[in-house]
Amino acid sequence: MKYVARKLFTLIITLFIVSLLAFLAFQIIPSDAALSRLGTNATPEQVAQLQHELGLDRSVMVQYGDWLSDFLHGDMGISFKYNMPVKEMIMEKLPLTAVLVLLACFLMVALSFPIGVFTARHAGGVFDRIMTVLNQILMSIPPVFVGILLSFVFGTLFRVFNPGSFVSYNENVLRFLLFMLFPALSIAISRIAMSVKMLRASLLGEMDKNYIRTAYSRGHSRSTALRKHALKNAVIPVIVFIAVSAAEMVAGSIIIEQVFAIPGIGRLLLVSISNRDYPVVQAIVMILAFWVVIVNFLADILSQYIDPRVRLG
Amino acid sequence: MNRLKTRSASGKPNYFLRLGAVITSVMVLLILVGMIWQPYSPTAMDATAKSQSPSFAHLFGTDTMGRDILSRIMEGAGTTFLIATCVVLVGFVIGTIIGCLTGYFGGVADVILMRVCDSITAFPSILLALVMVMLFGRGKYQIILILGILFIPSFARVVRGEVARQRSLTYSYSARLMGAGHFRIIFRHILPNTFPVLLPTISIGFNNAVLAEASMSYVGVGVQKPDASLGGMLSEAQAYLGNAPWYALFTGLTIVLLILGFSMLGEGLSREE
Repeated sequence: MKYVARKLFTLIITLFIVSLLAFLAFQIIPSDAALSRLGTNATPEQVAQLQHELGLDRSVMVQYGDWLSDFLHGDMGISFKYNMPVKEMIMEKLPLTAVLVLLACFLMVALSFPIGVFTARHAGGVFDRIMTVLNQILMSIPPVFVGILLSFVFGTLFRVFNPGSFVSYNENVLRFLLFMLFPALSIAISRIAMSVKMLRASLLGEMDKNYIRTAYSRGHSRSTALRKHALKNAVIPVIVFIAVSAAEMVAGSIIIEQVFAIPGIGRLLLVSISNRDYPVVQAIVMILAFWVVIVNFLADILSQYIDPRVRLG
Repeated sequence: MNRLKTRSASGKPNYFLRLGAVITSVMVLLILVGMIWQPYSPTAMDATAKSQSPSFAHLFGTDTMGRDILSRIMEGAGTTFLIATCVVLVGFVIGTIIGCLTGYFGGVADVILMRVCDSITAFPSILLALVMVMLFGRGKYQIILILGILFIPSFARVVRGEVARQRSLTYSYSARLMGAGHFRIIFRHILPNTFPVLLPTISIGFNNAVLAEASMSYVGVGVQKPDASLGGMLSEAQAYLGNAPWYALFTGLTIVLLILGFSMLGEGLSREE
């Protein structure tokens, strides 16, 4: 419990620093909220008045405090470009990206554990050798290219789905999930290869240790020693890796949403960057950064739950 | 030169190292040749040769405007390779200097700098790069600067750890006893010993740089037209997927081979240990 409390304290400090940086980054960028709203024809008096109304004439730290408290209360400001609340713009797109990342995590867990355990159990066999080569190749394919290949093979050739015409979950849940499966696979595939490789190496490392020799001497076969004893210790680094991937695949989804034309948060981010729509960019960066920090925190807690020795580190 | 032998300690041939060396050499050759000679001009359009599939006249085929894809790939791979090399160079030089100083001297600066490095590496670099695009703008040189800065922590971390370990070894003490100054010990004695650990970091860094450049140029915040880069070409090729699928295929394969070559070299070198 003390460990969790300590980590929780660090988490709060980190979130605070991240929010400060996200705020300050947009203070450095040369932009004038008042000017961009009024247009270039505005008189200096109009600009000064709007700046006063928006609170832009106050000190940076006061502005930060206001911005943070608004943000925590769910007020993310108004979009420069569309003049509508940022919260509305984000909330309708957030679920898509969330589904994409969760689906990718699910694929990672569902595929890398069975394959990893199998290759370790039959290390040196034909399947293991094929997987070693295949893994090396899969790790080298950029998600963008996987996406393009998948949409060509399953979209253009086999017509399993129609790339480019996104199906919303409001229309048809099953077709939505089928559509999302391909982008999710695109961001997950190189990470699945990495975690298979990691699980295999970690399992083989454990199998060399003394407690496995003890297990053998008590009459366990290689496969039960692996499943009942080695696996529990071997999965720890893999679980941490999957958790870290959950954070990094958010960045992957920004790119892959572009490949499959999914109107998620990543596309909104890219569009807002070209529009110089700072409030939207700022809000998305904050949400994604919070996600990364919180997922990393959960990974720490999880790994200490599985392996209490971590607490001492 | 012991490191470059192609058999591992167990006597089995090191296929990773061999194959990695072959792939990387081929790619580097393709890029070097592309700098002085290309079969066609990468921007020349040919109305009589639109969307042609691969043939002897156009080894990788042509796109919908009749431009030769092989020539474009040579040009684009050159840009991507140059960017990745510069990014690694920026990250490597600055990261090594920071890592050496903090690892050797320790103290408060060390704690703070490593904390900052930790927090930067915790975030996906694409996300940070996108934010930095707003600060520095988009383009070839901007992307080198942005990714270079983002790659500093990974190098600094590795170097710091190794320098901190090496400074407590007897040879560092001996050098000190013989009257060598701190900087002489760091850069003359310790630094060369950190290279075995640095090599895999360089190969991983190069691959990440290729990936990041490709992703950013693909979404339009990286290299800008008319400069060709593999990422930008991939986004162009996606539009022609129906008429000229070989464009995307060859462009993508070039990226894969660039990354695969380097990662196999890195893997091969680490198996030499």
